[in-house]
Amino acid sequence: MAHTPTISIWFFIGILLTIYGVLILGAGIHSYGSSANATWAMASLHLQIWWGLLLIALGLIYVISFRRKQSGN
Amino acid sequence: MTATLIAWLGPRLLSLSPVDLAIIIIYFVLVLGLGVYFSKFAHTGEEFFMAGRQMTAWIAGLAFISANLGSLEMMGYAAATYQYGIIVGHAYWIAAIPAILFLSLVMLPFYYVCKTHSVPGYLQLRYGEGARSLSALSFAVMTILMSGINMYSMAVIMKVILGWNLHFSIWVSSLTVAVYVMAGGLLAAIFNEVLQFMLIWLGCLVIPVAGLIETGGWNGMVARIQANFPGQDFTHMWRTLGSFSANPMGIHWTGVVFGWGLAISFGYWTTDFLVVQRVMAAKDLRSAQLGTIIGSFFKMMVPLIVIVPGLLALAVLPFKLVPETMATTPGVHTYNEALPLMLARYCGPGLLGLGVTALIAGFMSGMAGNVSAFATVWTYDIYKPLIRKQASDAHYLAMGRWCSLIGVFVSIGTAYLVMDFSSIIVYAQVIFVFFIVPMFGTVILGMLWKRTTPAAGFWGLLAGILVAFLLWLWVKLDPAAVRYVAFSPDAKDMAENIYRAMWSLLANVAVTVGVSLFTTPKPEHELKGLVYGYTSIPSKEHVSFFQRPIVWAAAVAIGFVILNLIFW
Repeated sequence: MAHTPTISIWFFIGILLTIYGVLILGAGIHSYGSSANATWAMASLHLQIWWGLLLIALGLIYVISFRRKQSGN
Repeated sequence: MTATLIAWLGPRLLSLSPVDLAIIIIYFVLVLGLGVYFSKFAHTGEEFFMAGRQMTAWIAGLAFISANLGSLEMMGYAAATYQYGIIVGHAYWIAAIPAILFLSLVMLPFYYVCKTHSVPGYLQLRYGEGARSLSALSFAVMTILMSGINMYSMAVIMKVILGWNLHFSIWVSSLTVAVYVMAGGLLAAIFNEVLQFMLIWLGCLVIPVAGLIETGGWNGMVARIQANFPGQDFTHMWRTLGSFSANPMGIHWTGVVFGWGLAISFGYWTTDFLVVQRVMAAKDLRSAQLGTIIGSFFKMMVPLIVIVPGLLALAVLPFKLVPETMATTPGVHTYNEALPLMLARYCGPGLLGLGVTALIAGFMSGMAGNVSAFATVWTYDIYKPLIRKQASDAHYLAMGRWCSLIGVFVSIGTAYLVMDFSSIIVYAQVIFVFFIVPMFGTVILGMLWKRTTPAAGFWGLLAGILVAFLLWLWVKLDPAAVRYVAFSPDAKDMAENIYRAMWSLLANVAVTVGVSLFTTPKPEHELKGLVYGYTSIPSKEHVSFFQRPIVWAAAVAIGFVILNLIFW
């Protein structure tokens, strides 16, 4: 009989995305006031903030949905 | 130690901030941790090589498409888009979707019913040891060469973004992959591919979002490209394919349809064990078929994060990119750097770390995929039948783990071969045409035509490989010969590959059919489970309408037609 992992891969992904979201959101907030001096294009869009929030939302959805392993995952 | 590391560092495009470095380090820690975690679930050969055949449709499907979304795909096709324009997007549509749907609906039932460990394993059942050994050897060579491409791609990312020396990057990154594949086998490879899939999308989607806003949308981007490259059409999929000279690739629509859409595409998607292995790890046939279709849907969407960045590079970069062989001056960037350059352009701290991590993840899973497929084919299709027929499962498991490590070391050497090609995707296509395209003719004739004989299987495969190699050699020795191979002196490297694939497949089919007519076929009772008409496919009458693979395949097919019309 095959041995089966007891933790879902989606749970790991959720954890990772949440951590990344927090880091990127933090970086976005840190550079918010200095976008005029930014070395990258389109800094005025503040994509780090939007992306950070997106990653946190996605990550939490996965963490909550897969905190206990579902069959076949 | 620090001084040595600093000595390896050269001029860099950007400096990573602490948050970028944290994101990269967290990824490496998680990947190695997952490798160790999954090693607890790889105790038998079935678990190590086939992940216990227990994947759901989603996992199998995402791993299936992810194995094809490594750094090679990302950087190679972005580079090719910069060279040839949007027609490179055919790689994601006509050169992928029909073949993936064909794999799902027609070929997977045969692979699944005969419970083979590999595509060469199917050839052994259908044709015997000759065809199996030839295909296994050619596949083993191919996976090692492809693994080298992934390694090189990774090193390029490190060079452009971080300023690391190419050789240093190749050695450091490959050892990480060796650890987690040795520990966790296919299960670790598949789960890392799913992780990589998420990172690739979330990391690279920043480029089209920011880029299309900067250029004022699709029309604004097209206008900028036309201004930068007057007289050339980089933005139509089919409109310029009426003549060889009307598009930057130098190709005709016949080449796109028959060479790319048939020979290369069906060869790759239906017989390249690297991708097929992922869906063969699904828990049942319907999951395998649905997983393949899920993968095809995401495949159709990939141009957004690969082709669009290539087009944006044409639109917004203030300098021209050059082939690898011309990049002799410091500060000159090559085609292969198109995607990292766009990443550097639009990503601030944090997002840059995510984007670099996505590319690293793409490299890791691309290389791990090749190494795990190599381990399976080497152990089951070369070592077991040809070298040591009777041994315990534990012995073959140990062999699989060791050849994962050896595969990594051999492919380090092949990484250096890539540097001679103008574009990494061109190098990849050369390899595919040698080894994968002829395999498709052999497999499909074996599945659909009961008259195909064991001798024909071997000689047809050999003929296809030889024709592909000799045509490549002919053009290499006499570049003017491209007018015969690819029907036009305007044909560029990629067009030549595509037409060579067509010739290779034609030779394979002609020799297979010809030899079959003059040799003895297998008796009918030996063809059960292997050939159409002698195989009972599990019935799907008990599943609801929306759970049937054919329904979702039809939806994907409709989307495919619509996309081609929009970007005609």
